[in-house]
Amino acid sequence: MYSQGLIGADGSTHEDAAFLEAFQKRVDAELKIEPNDPMPAGYRKTLVRQIAQHAHSEIVGMLPEGNWITRAPTLRRKAALLAKVQDEGGHGLYLYSAAETLGVSREELVDQLLSGKAKYSSIFNYPAITWADIGTIGWLVDGAAIMNQIPLCRCSFGPYARAMIRVCKEESFHQRQGYEIMLTLCKGSEEQKAMAQDALDRWWWPSLMMFGPHDADSTHSDQSMAWKIKRFTNDELRQKFIDATVPQAEFLGLTMPDPDLKWNEQKGGYDHGEIDWDEFWRVVKGDGICNRDRMKARRKAHDDNAWVREAALAYAEKTAARETAVAAE
Amino acid sequence: MPNADLKPETLFKYVLRLADDQLILGQRLGEWCGHAPTLEEELALANIGLDLLGQARSLYSYAGEIEGKGRGEDDLAFLRPEREYLNALLVEQPNGDFAVTIVRQVFHAAFMVPFWRAMTASSDETLAAIAAKSLKEVEYHLRHSSEWLIRLGDGTQESHRRSQDALEELWGYASELFEMDALAEEILDCGIAVDAAALKAEWDATVNAVLERAALTRPADSWSQSGGRSGRHSEHLGHILSELQYMQRTYPGLSW
Repeated sequence: MYSQGLIGADGSTHEDAAFLEAFQKRVDAELKIEPNDPMPAGYRKTLVRQIAQHAHSEIVGMLPEGNWITRAPTLRRKAALLAKVQDEGGHGLYLYSAAETLGVSREELVDQLLSGKAKYSSIFNYPAITWADIGTIGWLVDGAAIMNQIPLCRCSFGPYARAMIRVCKEESFHQRQGYEIMLTLCKGSEEQKAMAQDALDRWWWPSLMMFGPHDADSTHSDQSMAWKIKRFTNDELRQKFIDATVPQAEFLGLTMPDPDLKWNEQKGGYDHGEIDWDEFWRVVKGDGICNRDRMKARRKAHDDNAWVREAALAYAEKTAARETAVAAE
Repeated sequence: MPNADLKPETLFKYVLRLADDQLILGQRLGEWCGHAPTLEEELALANIGLDLLGQARSLYSYAGEIEGKGRGEDDLAFLRPEREYLNALLVEQPNGDFAVTIVRQVFHAAFMVPFWRAMTASSDETLAAIAAKSLKEVEYHLRHSSEWLIRLGDGTQESHRRSQDALEELWGYASELFEMDALAEEILDCGIAVDAAALKAEWDATVNAVLERAALTRPADSWSQSGGRSGRHSEHLGHILSELQYMQRTYPGLSW
């Protein structure tokens, strides 16, 4: 989904050729770039944008799953979902921290999200309607996220790469948990199987869109590849995801909602039908079914609780003033 | 079971009361997901909710064993109607603003810390073991919620007003925690239960100390409500259960 973080990213930079060449040499030697190292302004800007979008996605992604915490069907599932959503929040925290090492504050980033200036993954603008959606989100959405994030563990920017190592471990646990929910449904009653199929029907195409536009339409991709922010193209990652996921669906006894999906012996992968890019751009631009609800929920949490954050700040200031007064005595 | 005279259904009910308190409060905290004041607090509320849910699960499983009718944690949580739910009224009160949630948590944790500590000495080994694990958890809940209440009380004028309002709103629900009825007394006599009434002094001391640091005023004991322990609830519980039990009620008898 974090390929979407590069949509519209402006990697243009103004350093002289010698600086850029020296930087590229470090990147090509697979040396990690650390926060205090010299780096092109375009590199910094691209990373802030991508890491922030990744963080925002984790935070907004808590909403569709949070929608099921109070209604999970068993206590075991409730505990697992609560723990999972807590993990997502934790990922948001590391990612905001990784972005902060690039000289931007969390407040600024959150303001960008709330003002609509910053985006988050399009996938979270789809509703989690039934319990099977929770299984499908784990299986497909976390599955697609892992495909994107495993190469990010080797991203040239050190703090992002290191955050991704931990994030990937947790995501792969979530993915297995989601698949296990699907397996339970598919072994269950006709109603449960239908619920699983319906969720797959609704989430399959949006999951493929998580990888971003086709390579031919993906601007600024080359620069990110050269800087090793990105290691594979959108289409390469999408292909890997499809090839890994189709057999999993077969094992569940579910049908992929794509009549054109078939194995291509020659390329050693699946061919698939055309993605509805109109829908993709509609959702990215804010007109998906849940875009408005998601933003409303985030803004409400922020605004309604402003007094809490103000109280914490006022208390910290009072405490500091008291300590100074005591020290002065 | 340490005492042959003690009827299993008596102990069953006692354990259910305890389980229901933790489940319902955990469910309330789960409602905060995605809506908390800060990201750190989002994680803390989910974490506390998860602890409570874990405690409830151990207690329900044990209650099911005591009952001996083959009911497990999910049967007890999802298939009992509201009149059979035995939680204290405090934990079913709505989240309100963050001050209400924090005051509710302080009241609950300030009670559960001495409760679980006393329960570690129970002659019932299962309850003693659950108590030992839960004690560590609620000590953190108490620290967390107290530190927040101090910040809210001694923060801004608005946060002070909101937390004083929250105290007044919930004060009357605290006394139910200390009630000892015939059932609780019977189990206390067997060396299993905790004398909840005896915990009031420690609760008072804990809460008073927090209120003092928070520059908040302890409300007068002018009203109190109870009934939860015998299944007489406020109107809130029915709505909690309609969400909690939705799946099991809509699709009875399936595995999830």
